[in-house]
Amino acid sequence: MGFSDADLAALWLTFRIASITTILLLIIGTPIALWLARTNSRWKGPIGAIVALPLVLPPTVLGFYLLIAMGPNGPIGQITTALGLGTLTFTFWGLVIASVLYSMPFVVQPIQNAIEALGERPLEVAATLRAGPWDSFFTVTLPLARPGFITAAILGFAHTVGEFGVVLMVGGNIPGVTRVISVQIYDHVETMAYSQAHWLSGTMVIFSFVVLTIVYTFNRDRKKSGAGYGL
Amino acid sequence: MAFSARLNIAYSDFTLDVDLTIPAKGITAIFGPSGSGKTTLLRAIAGLHPKDLYKNGQGHIQFGDQIWQSDTDFLPTYKRPIGYVFQESSLFEHLSIQQNLDYGQKRIKKPLKPHERDHIIDLLGISHLLTRPADKLSGGERQRVAIARALLLRPRLLLMDEPMASLDFARKSEILRFLERLKTELKIPLIYISHNAEEVTRLADHLIILDQGKLQQQGPIQEVLANHKILNSMSDEPFTLLFGTVITARTDHNLTEVDLGDALIRIPHHEVKKQAEIRLHLYAKDVSIALSRPEQTSVLNIFDCQIDTIEPPTENGQCLIHLCLKNTRIQARVSAYSCAELDLRAGQQVFAQIKAVSIVQ
Repeated sequence: MGFSDADLAALWLTFRIASITTILLLIIGTPIALWLARTNSRWKGPIGAIVALPLVLPPTVLGFYLLIAMGPNGPIGQITTALGLGTLTFTFWGLVIASVLYSMPFVVQPIQNAIEALGERPLEVAATLRAGPWDSFFTVTLPLARPGFITAAILGFAHTVGEFGVVLMVGGNIPGVTRVISVQIYDHVETMAYSQAHWLSGTMVIFSFVVLTIVYTFNRDRKKSGAGYGL
Repeated sequence: MAFSARLNIAYSDFTLDVDLTIPAKGITAIFGPSGSGKTTLLRAIAGLHPKDLYKNGQGHIQFGDQIWQSDTDFLPTYKRPIGYVFQESSLFEHLSIQQNLDYGQKRIKKPLKPHERDHIIDLLGISHLLTRPADKLSGGERQRVAIARALLLRPRLLLMDEPMASLDFARKSEILRFLERLKTELKIPLIYISHNAEEVTRLADHLIILDQGKLQQQGPIQEVLANHKILNSMSDEPFTLLFGTVITARTDHNLTEVDLGDALIRIPHHEVKKQAEIRLHLYAKDVSIALSRPEQTSVLNIFDCQIDTIEPPTENGQCLIHLCLKNTRIQARVSAYSCAELDLRAGQQVFAQIKAVSIVQ
């Protein structure tokens, strides 16, 4: 006994969503992390709190609001409809957007920590060596904070793989479109297909264990860089 | 060509308010106690402070005819033709020494020619370090690499923030020697922070003295330090800084003769060239006073002086006496007892016996 076609479809779908989400999060999360690490603005607190909200909110709450926002009468839904994209609820991209928000803190915080640990000095040195802001970001910040970025990518990916509540609210349970591993496992249990559920669940346990082992090993070697996440 | 800076920087608990003009050549030392604003000033020159730190946008920095900062303009650090050496090691840890040196090189319009680079690398004695990672170097080696990295930028102005603060004595004198060679060989103007009087009197041509964010003095070092009050505030042990020219590098008796302008002084032989400009430290504790010219004495240097002023005795019974040797001013420390016994008074003609003098350059 192994994975059924439906299981494989769920695995593939989960992998796609998690990969796209991770890439989007690195692109969106990096400027947010940079800003949070460097700013003295009074908005630092509130913005930091918004980013961290998914850490404490029940996923169903986040999913509920996203469902409303992306629905036909919600602000996001109206924009997407006006653009001719229809509503994003119960679609692949709707799930990606939800995942981006849901996994945001797991990407922003390690990057922010790594950049804060670097301090201003390396960038000042780069500036005295004729490097402009973009130049020094790519040649100094990025390589020096690399452990933070790697931790961020791994945690963002793994956390997206593990989501359930948000998916159920926003994406529902459409095979190949929104039925990710966690939902597939739920289905197996509902239909008493315990051995199928074992296969998928065991895979998830091993996957999560491997990921966390990598992150912890990495952070132990790089403690100085401040890339730790404080899990 | 001149460098000028007029700055008003306000932190919540500290204000730097200076207006200074210095020649854009030689070594200028910024001297002052901790918290006097030395680093704040140097960072402002480099453009490292955020713009909103300047009170009412007040800041004007000009290098020759190039304006680095005015009420309307602000040239960012990476566009200023400077080299900056930070107080602590600032090497990029993710790069090798060679890559650290290349980092700035790649970003200037006219990189140095290979022989010019080799000259700087040799000057700082770091050619054997190039392939090593940055974290495998000692403190002195790191600072030398940082200085070389700054020099390779072809800077028109070099800025150094106490580059020797964290080093031990041996490393310090090593770097000091390099700085002296910099001065004579590369001729790049240097603005240098120090709170060490020894270093300053050894290196500086021009002196800026800061206290609590205000400019106390600025000018050529001879002029500023001719004032004993300033000089003595710089060091625990009162001394005079003398400038002279070597007339005889080595006499038959292995002495070096130095012309101080107003007097000729003979010191134990030093490896110096004839006509070399040198600086001497004359500590007040090494100067004693006699009312008549001492004869049959082992003291080599005895000067005809006039007492200018006598300071009141200190708690441990010492008097500091300021003497005029023609236009040169020196100071002597004698016991309050002797001072009273010899009945020393201002205006009196005396003989100053120089027991020891040390060469600083």
